[in-house]
Amino acid sequence: MADSTASANAYAGMDLLRIATAGSVDDGKSTLIGRLLYDTKSIFEDQMEQIEGASRRLGEVGVNLALLTDGLRAEREQKITIDVAYRYFATPRRKFILADTPGHVQYTRNMVTGASTADVAIVLLDARKGVLTQSRRHSFIASLLGIPHIVVAVNKMDLVDWSEDVFRTIVADYTAFASKLTVADITFVPMSALEGDNVVTSSTRMPWYQGGPLLHMLESISPGRRRNTIDARFPVQYVVRPNQSFRGYAGTLASGSLRVGDEVLSLPSGVSSNIKSIETFDGTRDEALAGDAVVLTLTSEIDVSRGDMIVRRKNVPTVSDKFDAYICWMNEAPLEVGRSYVLLHTSREVQAFVERIEYKVDIDTLHREPADTLGVNEIGRVELVTAKPLSFDSYRVNSATGSFVLIDAATNVTVGAGMIRGETNPLEQDERPKASPNVTWDGWNITRAEREQAQGHAAGVVWLTGLSGAGKSTIAREVERRLFAEGYRTMLLDGDQLRHGLNGDLGFSPADRAENVRRVGAVAQLFYEAGHIVLCTFVSPFRRDRDAVRALFPEGRFAEVHVDAPLDVLTSRDVKGLYRKQAAGSDVGLSGVSTPYEAPAKAELTLDTAALSVEDAVAQVLAMVRERSPKGSITGG
Amino acid sequence: MKADVRGHLYALENESIHVLREVAAQFERPVLLFSGGKDSIVVAWLARKAFHPAPIPFPLLHIDTGHNFAETISFRDEYVKLLGCDLRVALVQDSIDQGRVVEETGPLASRNALQTVTLLDGLRDLKADAAIGGARRDEEKARAKERMFSHRDRFGQWDPKNQRPELWSLYNGRKIQGEHFRVFPISNWTEMDIWQYIALEEIPMPSLYFAHEREVFVRDGIHLAKTDFMSLVEGEELERKVVRFRTIGDATCTGAVLSTASTIDDIILETAAARLTERGGRSDDKRSEAAMEDRKKAGYF
Ligand SMILES: Nc1nc2c(ncn2[C@@H]2O[C@H](COP(=O)(O)OP(=O)(O)O)[C@@H](O)[C@H]2O)c(=O)[nH]1
Repeated sequence: MADSTASANAYAGMDLLRIATAGSVDDGKSTLIGRLLYDTKSIFEDQMEQIEGASRRLGEVGVNLALLTDGLRAEREQKITIDVAYRYFATPRRKFILADTPGHVQYTRNMVTGASTADVAIVLLDARKGVLTQSRRHSFIASLLGIPHIVVAVNKMDLVDWSEDVFRTIVADYTAFASKLTVADITFVPMSALEGDNVVTSSTRMPWYQGGPLLHMLESISPGRRRNTIDARFPVQYVVRPNQSFRGYAGTLASGSLRVGDEVLSLPSGVSSNIKSIETFDGTRDEALAGDAVVLTLTSEIDVSRGDMIVRRKNVPTVSDKFDAYICWMNEAPLEVGRSYVLLHTSREVQAFVERIEYKVDIDTLHREPADTLGVNEIGRVELVTAKPLSFDSYRVNSATGSFVLIDAATNVTVGAGMIRGETNPLEQDERPKASPNVTWDGWNITRAEREQAQGHAAGVVWLTGLSGAGKSTIAREVERRLFAEGYRTMLLDGDQLRHGLNGDLGFSPADRAENVRRVGAVAQLFYEAGHIVLCTFVSPFRRDRDAVRALFPEGRFAEVHVDAPLDVLTSRDVKGLYRKQAAGSDVGLSGVSTPYEAPAKAELTLDTAALSVEDAVAQVLAMVRERSPKGSITGG
Repeated sequence: MKADVRGHLYALENESIHVLREVAAQFERPVLLFSGGKDSIVVAWLARKAFHPAPIPFPLLHIDTGHNFAETISFRDEYVKLLGCDLRVALVQDSIDQGRVVEETGPLASRNALQTVTLLDGLRDLKADAAIGGARRDEEKARAKERMFSHRDRFGQWDPKNQRPELWSLYNGRKIQGEHFRVFPISNWTEMDIWQYIALEEIPMPSLYFAHEREVFVRDGIHLAKTDFMSLVEGEELERKVVRFRTIGDATCTGAVLSTASTIDDIILETAAARLTERGGRSDDKRSEAAMEDRKKAGYF
């Protein structure tokens, strides 16, 4: 089948993005989805004929694109969607899976279901009505379920004369409300789903808006960002045992990565071993990454079975039978405190009960209210106790090991969805206020959004990586000077300078380099939250460390700049004399010479300083910053 | 899939393997429903990967209407040999002989509706508690809301209003005695994904999917193949045409499309430009707009 390789390669590069939408009747959600499917050519003629016929029967003028997405007959009759429906469309770059959910309060459970796997939520609102209770509800659920990106689609702009003022007011209202949530990245798009403006193609009727159409945003968000790439967690699903000499553990690596030779523990037993091999049908591998479905074999015969979790010896989850969680109740029969339920967590099933309900959240006002039970579609914070310990992380850090469902043991129906906050802390309990009037989700006092609004530009991080002497500091210092002169809030973090203070206890081993970069990332995040353009110049030789920092920031707010020059050029520059020392035989741990340097695979910008003048290199970085954080910008993008 | 291919097909493959392993772990006697069409060929392919280096830990079950294209059966037997798995066949003819069902008569007769009974009987004979199928959510509107783990009551019926919520990658397969599940590991794949995967993995395919010359006639706007099981009614006429099939099922109701696509690549190009859904060529779906939904409620897979 050699002739298939050309096109096989073309789609091997496509990736996958999961979207959740929510909207109430008449917001135009079905029209929007119909439009997305229609304009990406995901609708076929026979489907078109069906909805043309259906439109006529319902007495509609023209074709009602909304009918494309209304599934079951009963719903079609009542003209509403009442369950999660999945839609598929694709562009040459990306395949999209869209979980389409209804927006009324009585369908909260459906929204939670749709949001549980999404990379991005589209919150649809009507330009004439602005930010309503239901928009707040959708956003709260997106935040609670840890969706990293929200796109606020301000629909029906055709009905407000394509007014920029209307759009800006909505953006300001929403931004003020969203400061209570922890969503990393919020962008806004003015559109008309009906007429197709800014859905798939740019609108010509809103020249004041430059952000591009919705589909373009969906194409540029990076997927899988909610996946934790640091903490290796391998829940064992199934033991593969074809013969006496092979015993393998099948499962999907929920987060982090594992390599052959890694020292691991099996939890909850705590017995240790090493990874002997990583098997797949397509051959053995050196490494497994989050999301990979593989079979692990271990060097020693230890007792591991379904429900156990294999983790790195030096990075373990919490193992406890008592924890604190948010629960969304999904069943008509309310949650009963003290009653036994079956809890399903990773590949483990245990008996569990809710010890107490701390409060429930009014999802429209975000107020906390005392409660003895949770009814259908209610969300609350509870304390759970399990019959056997679970190995978990907090949902915020790791959605794969922080999520669970509750099952009614009598009916076998799934009745609740849970997100673990952490181990129950008995000391903390008494200090906690029982019911405080406003829930703020671990927010800052003055939010970044407010600061950005006040200062007139978005915050961002520019990370310059490259070998010693490549030109990182020279470029960054000049860039900062210029930005500062233009009125930007800036901060420059430099390797040498931090190693004199905060990182004074660290050397140059891979582990210390990783810790160095981790701390720098945390510092950069503080300045970022304070609204600054943060320039960081660090050799940061390992891709994994840099990616960990990248993961701290929303899409579009972190840019990696690879400052590159050939080794002979670096050796001849040798400002710090390191290359000379190294050549003279004293191992100074010089990245790229005696220790490895992993060049970025997908840097936002690569500067070859052997070819470019300092001025040109500076100009390129400046252009990027100005484009990403323009002065006077208002959107969160 | 090779470790360096990390695109959407790889993500879909991983998800399907995860679901298949959940089935093996949560159920005592699963079976994989194998129709001989591309979707069940892909599901079986994924099942082989999921349990490697062990063989697939459950049998394949073919519900045979007896109205097959000859190619389907020979391909089936070769493919099963290639995968090294266990094949069971349940014959609709047996259900007819046992008086479990009454065969439709006349030129428009189809055994499609009878399959449901043979299927349920077949599952009961194998004491199956989970039946893995190759249905996809993009195939048909009623399927857009189907779960990966779809609960069926003791009569094999599906209640679309009362489905269990399915969150993250947690699948609730708990049931009481006598109930069973339908599991759809490729729910999130589209027809395009299937063909791209077949190309990338070089999965063998029955020749019916590729363009060939055959005697066909037109009924309800659909090209049906001449077979021994169907007679023409007035106004219908046999013609020789170059056609291929987009789905493979019962020979009496699977429509052919006029096509010259003779390689997987041609098919991918054709699928990208296609103006009709693949089910658009199934005459049984045309009977009413809600046809599929009604059949599903009755236990059709
Ligand atoms: N020709 C040229 N030289 C550069 C460029 N960037 C930096 N340099 C020079 O390279 C040397 C090393 O720069 P420095 O910023 O100290 O490197 P760092 O310690 O790796 O950040 C300095 O002498 C710079 O003047 C550039 O873009 N082009």
